[in-house]
Amino acid sequence: MIGLLATGGAYALFTTSATAQTSSQISSMVSDGQKLFAANCASCHGLNAQGTGVAPTLIGVGAASVDFQVGTGRMPAAASGPQAEKKPVQFTDAQIAALATYVASLGPGPAIPSSEYLQGNGDVAAGAELFRINCAMCHNVAGAGGALTEGKYALSLSGTSAKHIYEAMVTGPQNMPVFNELNITPADKANIISYLKYLDSHPSPGGLDLGNLGPVSEGLFVWIFALGSVVAITVWLTAKSN
Amino acid sequence: MADQGADHGTDVEKYDASASPGSAIVTADRVENPGFPPFRPRVSELDPKKDAANSRRVALMFGLSMFGSVAAIAAYIIFPITPGDTGSVRTNTFLLGIGLALGLFGIGFGAVHWAKALMDGHDLVELRHGTRGSDETREKAVEVFHLGNQESGWSRRKLIRNTLIGALVLFPLPGIVVFRDLAPAADPNDLLKHTIWKKGTRLTKDPSGTPILASEVTLGSVFHVIPDGINDLEDKLEQKAKAAVLLMRLKPEDLHVSKGRESWNYKGIVAYSKICTHVGCPVALYEQQTHHLLCPCHQSQFDITHEAEVIFGPAKRALPQLPITIDSEGYLVAQSDFHEPVGPSFWEREH
Repeated sequence: MIGLLATGGAYALFTTSATAQTSSQISSMVSDGQKLFAANCASCHGLNAQGTGVAPTLIGVGAASVDFQVGTGRMPAAASGPQAEKKPVQFTDAQIAALATYVASLGPGPAIPSSEYLQGNGDVAAGAELFRINCAMCHNVAGAGGALTEGKYALSLSGTSAKHIYEAMVTGPQNMPVFNELNITPADKANIISYLKYLDSHPSPGGLDLGNLGPVSEGLFVWIFALGSVVAITVWLTAKSN
Repeated sequence: MADQGADHGTDVEKYDASASPGSAIVTADRVENPGFPPFRPRVSELDPKKDAANSRRVALMFGLSMFGSVAAIAAYIIFPITPGDTGSVRTNTFLLGIGLALGLFGIGFGAVHWAKALMDGHDLVELRHGTRGSDETREKAVEVFHLGNQESGWSRRKLIRNTLIGALVLFPLPGIVVFRDLAPAADPNDLLKHTIWKKGTRLTKDPSGTPILASEVTLGSVFHVIPDGINDLEDKLEQKAKAAVLLMRLKPEDLHVSKGRESWNYKGIVAYSKICTHVGCPVALYEQQTHHLLCPCHQSQFDITHEAEVIFGPAKRALPQLPITIDSEGYLVAQSDFHEPVGPSFWEREH
């Protein structure tokens, strides 16, 4: 039974290269992943990934979730707080793959996305419309991020890899909602990624973008520099000449 | 009329206490007008070299202004706007703006520096003078009016006068009627109280308009929803501004359902108006672990587990809930319109 689940999970993980994998390689990845899990994750998520009072169960979260959380350094979490912070990645790619294979073997869940959706060559305009409707309220229309409640915040998406963007949409890490494949289809997710990659590669047409934070940074800029120069000119106008 | 010199300042303000008995003005601790500070010659008045230097500075600023104006024209021609290239728009407007700013600021700064450093440096007082015209002028004005009345027959030819007044009064009326018609023809009160949701309207995805199966809405999901058929309407945006809905799925045991609303959710799938009850911003920042909805405009927070009640911020009412169920094919549909007006308060709103 475990072998069957492991094969299924790994199949989902490597849909493009599954035929090249032998079952012995997969089972060795599962056992490697299980050891890494027991050493690094089990103290919070439980020895069998069943979850504890401080961390959720990982049964059924899928390989995509592990690849996102561990691959961006959010897990293992350094401390408890409003949300797990992004930090330097703690594991090698092979170790992350082993962990993902192991967690995927525990129950069906979202797989690591196929590379055909990660190229950034989709419909940028369609992606932008979907982004404005589904993502911009938290992540800002230019993907610059923004504040949430009680210390939580939506991250800036600038420079985030296509794979991690896709995995975040499909797994809904932490307080981000899930956008499953039936809500936003893989092709539409590819369009959204294309829009974000377009933003990354095209400078702001309006000049200095001031972090794209809208009225906050623009207002501060006007407050300091425009009002500052008005004050300076007024002082100069009314001061007596030597 | 201008008086020159520092000593005149105090005369202007001198006050004769005996002139207004009963006015009870305390004059003992009145602040004396200190007048102008003593005249101090400036460096350009003492040193011909400094004078020449300041003169050069003023000329330099006027020169910069000339350079800026010419540079603005040159930049406009040398860096034209290429259709389709946003970068060229940026370069063009940036250089044009710099040139124009230099052109205008150069004149301003030059003129001010000229006045401050080189023109006469004495302080001046200019006294306010009365605005009443002389008796001669006033008599002349009355005479002009009188003559006008006589020549035109304004007070004698009453028929002409009264028809003219009538014409002037009626002339603006067509404008009032036409502009009144810009307001919605229907009763705005009714427009605010109802949306296009009705019994059996399918919930569809924004913007594609594809219907949503209940099975597609997995735990932790959030769907941005518009009513079926809204994309075909002529007034699509007006309708969407009221009918936009946020669809979420929670564990049924997490929902605290009040009496009378038991059938409004479908197996933990709930639909709430996306229009904030404060001033109508789209509330859509859903946190799937805390189940809080945050409005980005003024930070009102709504708790979805408690029927979107307000837990923080300026909003005063919970977000209206759209009662939903499924149709025979398993698609999510509305049971009815919202049971209360969506969005911010208005005068005629009953509750």
